[in-house]
Amino acid sequence: MTDVMDRPALRVVGERPIRPDGVDKVTGRAQFGADFNLPGMLVGKIKRSPHAHAKIVSIDTRKAKALAGVKAVVTAADFPDLASEEVEAGEAAGNLRDLSMNCMARDKALYEGHAVAAVAATSAAVADEALALIEVVYEVLPHVIDVEAAMAPDAPVLHEGLFTKGVEPKPTAPSNIAAVNKLGRGDLAEGFAQADVIVEARYTTKAVHQGYIEPHACIAQYGQDGQCLVWCSSQGQFMVRTYCAKILDLEAADIRVIPSEIGGGFGGKTTVYLEPLAIALSRQSGFPVKMVMTRDEVFRATGPTSGAVVEVKLGAKRDGTITAADVVLKYQAGAFPGSPVGAGSMTALACYDIANAAITGYDVVTNSPKVAAYRAPGAPISAFGMESAVDELARKLGMDPIAIREKNGVVSGVKAVYGPTLRDIAYKDTLEAIKSHPHYSIPLGPNQGRGLAAGFWFNIGGESTAAVRINDDGSAVVATGNPDIGGSRASMAMMAAEVLGLPIDQVRPVVADTASIGFSMLTGGSRVTFATGMAVVEAAKKVVEDLKQRAAQMWEVPADKVAWENGAAVCLDPEKPAAKPLSIAAIAARAGRTGGPITAEVGLNAQGAGPGFAVHLCDVEIDPETGHVTVLRYTAAQDVGKAIHPSYVEGQIQGGVAQGVGWALNEEYIFDAEGRMENPGFLDYRVPVASDLPMIDAILVETAPNPRHPFGAKGVGEVPIVPPLAAVANAVRDALGLRLTDLPLSPPRIRAALDARAK
Amino acid sequence: MSKQHVTTTVNGDPTEFLAAPGTTLLDALRDELGLTGAKEGCGSGDCGACSVVVDGRLVCSCLMLAPEAEGRRIETIEGMAQGGRLHPLQQKFLEHAALQCGFCTPGFLVAAKALLERNPDPDETEIRYWLAGNLCRCTGYDKIVRAVMDAAAEMRQVRRAS
Ligand code: FES
Ligand code: FES
Repeated sequence: MTDVMDRPALRVVGERPIRPDGVDKVTGRAQFGADFNLPGMLVGKIKRSPHAHAKIVSIDTRKAKALAGVKAVVTAADFPDLASEEVEAGEAAGNLRDLSMNCMARDKALYEGHAVAAVAATSAAVADEALALIEVVYEVLPHVIDVEAAMAPDAPVLHEGLFTKGVEPKPTAPSNIAAVNKLGRGDLAEGFAQADVIVEARYTTKAVHQGYIEPHACIAQYGQDGQCLVWCSSQGQFMVRTYCAKILDLEAADIRVIPSEIGGGFGGKTTVYLEPLAIALSRQSGFPVKMVMTRDEVFRATGPTSGAVVEVKLGAKRDGTITAADVVLKYQAGAFPGSPVGAGSMTALACYDIANAAITGYDVVTNSPKVAAYRAPGAPISAFGMESAVDELARKLGMDPIAIREKNGVVSGVKAVYGPTLRDIAYKDTLEAIKSHPHYSIPLGPNQGRGLAAGFWFNIGGESTAAVRINDDGSAVVATGNPDIGGSRASMAMMAAEVLGLPIDQVRPVVADTASIGFSMLTGGSRVTFATGMAVVEAAKKVVEDLKQRAAQMWEVPADKVAWENGAAVCLDPEKPAAKPLSIAAIAARAGRTGGPITAEVGLNAQGAGPGFAVHLCDVEIDPETGHVTVLRYTAAQDVGKAIHPSYVEGQIQGGVAQGVGWALNEEYIFDAEGRMENPGFLDYRVPVASDLPMIDAILVETAPNPRHPFGAKGVGEVPIVPPLAAVANAVRDALGLRLTDLPLSPPRIRAALDARAK
Repeated sequence: MSKQHVTTTVNGDPTEFLAAPGTTLLDALRDELGLTGAKEGCGSGDCGACSVVVDGRLVCSCLMLAPEAEGRRIETIEGMAQGGRLHPLQQKFLEHAALQCGFCTPGFLVAAKALLERNPDPDETEIRYWLAGNLCRCTGYDKIVRAVMDAAAEMRQVRRAS
């Protein structure tokens, strides 16, 4: 696999060219989900439950249907009642029945904002009027949102058929605890017995939203021939196709999904909300239907990630060796099972080599929107608890926070607590990068504090397809099936250009629709540059082989007498001393006479995505008057393998940090006594703005390239959100001289803590 | 309710459109005029994705009613590149990789241009506060702020040279 890496020098990979889709995006020309229109298009809108938990007694749509301009009205009755079935769609695995019932409530509304009906009408105003005419009779039920309240034996039960998985004996009564998972090794009691020092604390986080700026949007057109076109903004056109086919019981071949540009996802667009409804409305009306969510709907009805409780107990010897770790994770799943507690469990201790460890995870359903993936799903939450606890441990031992992590940190060859043996990792180098950065020794002023935290994320590979095609003038097209969410077109084009030997501006990357390229798992799990990049490289290599073959024909020499150098075929046959190198353009010009179009498509299932490690350092200053926390400095080092386009890798790191800082300091879902979200807008759900943040110094650690990727790339997009929660909390601890364990560390919380101390 | 006839100037060209009284300027630009560069991220004045300039003032077009545009000069992202040449801000956003998904980008560019027209030499803090009405969830703002500083420097140099 590493043959391309053996090249003496890379020409394109590792450079910072301007992204190929850049001009579209700075001129307003790029088309996002809501930017398409079709002739005769209707407006689709959704009626949503005003109750957090209610039985749907009846839905009467007659008045709505009778309204002039209303062309279709659908409810759960218009969708097949699916059996429970797990579907694999890459990182976004889910249960079909739950997915369908999340798109449209059946029998019960499980959270405020849960869709109960949808209409399509000739204008938005008519659609709104129709929604008001739909009569839904509810029987309001007691609700539960807090994770521990939902676990209590007397809690209102969301699903009568839900019995806790993973406990013996099998429970006889339904519960909101969907599953309990355990992992670990060694002997916990023995580990704690060896410890000289023990720290123990309970940490909590609130549900937070991915906060992509583009609301969900799609258009569906269902033809009289049963052929269906969907344009939408998602993290995976194939995911949308699979889910729509299953939810509506259609053939995948009858659905063609055309990906628009995507205005951010962060995991939140790895599922469907609108698309099945738009198809159903289009099928009923015979017209294309466009649906666009409002920001209010995005907050109330699409995936936040879990609010959680994290209990951590650590034991260590005086020299800093951690002898035991006991971690309990309780994650909200929202209305249906499937919180990221599994990944939270596996990542919790992944930075540490601990002999005796136990992690118990609870997946708990609650009357809040079904959680969706959010960047390194589950990991920031468990890391918040673990990294805060390690900080406390270091304080108790009088140790430097880097020293304690060096002492216990994983290195290549170590078996991680969650199972696999880690290979080709650069965690220690990442710690070192922070230690040797000037930030680590800048003196702090009054009310200032410094915090450090580490993070881990697996990264994934998986199935991807890429096609490389040579145009008649010798330029190339690279087609893949992955929406470009943060600049991946650039890295695809760069890798192809590197292999072909073309200048980057002669390689045009495109994101193809589901009928135009082979299957690819969705854009998620930090997999695209790794896995789809691998498919691109393999396809480009095939094209090079073909080009050499054509050159051999043109020179009338055996194929093994042709080499590929700097984007041209070179003749090695001593009998043809006059044969000048043939450029791609020269070969392409003769393609018709040497075998036809020069093109290759490669589908593969990429294995061996290297895990990513991150170490973050954060300085804060606290205003004792207001309780406001200012982030003064932020430095983030990351084990990236090899950065294909360093600017976009830095961008991933900086963006992840900003989201993590928001999670730590301000963001939270706030519910009223009835279980209705109180802050479903950016005014009250405060994501960081430019004036909330300093420059974020991103350090790319490239000492351990991934040997399973042709250029050494590892996934980079997710791990940067793992450390910030604890890095900020540890900095606040340092500044206050007081540990706050409940996020967000918003001004009222800090003030309350200061007031309590003053008393 | 019947639609109103609105006469405006959009990116320098006389433009007419019809709009219902309750229609926002954003919807009129996007749906009536096909100018979809301005985006709706919130519809409530909190994200800046819909930023346009009206008579020299930066506004959230989701908060302005379309009929209020009568007789006014509107500048949108679509008018920023001149005669096939990108504006220095657009060029610097590309060079600095100041966009990831690109959804917030038109709003940031329109807002940053309005800033540099008022203050050709803003420092980092001034840029951060001016752009605080524009949300970006992808970049962490670092590269956006750098791109604006770099564009400002280049524009000052060009001005001095001419
Ligand atoms: S859409 Fe106008 S400010 Fe967000
Ligand atoms: S680049 Fe995605 S929101 Fe700014």
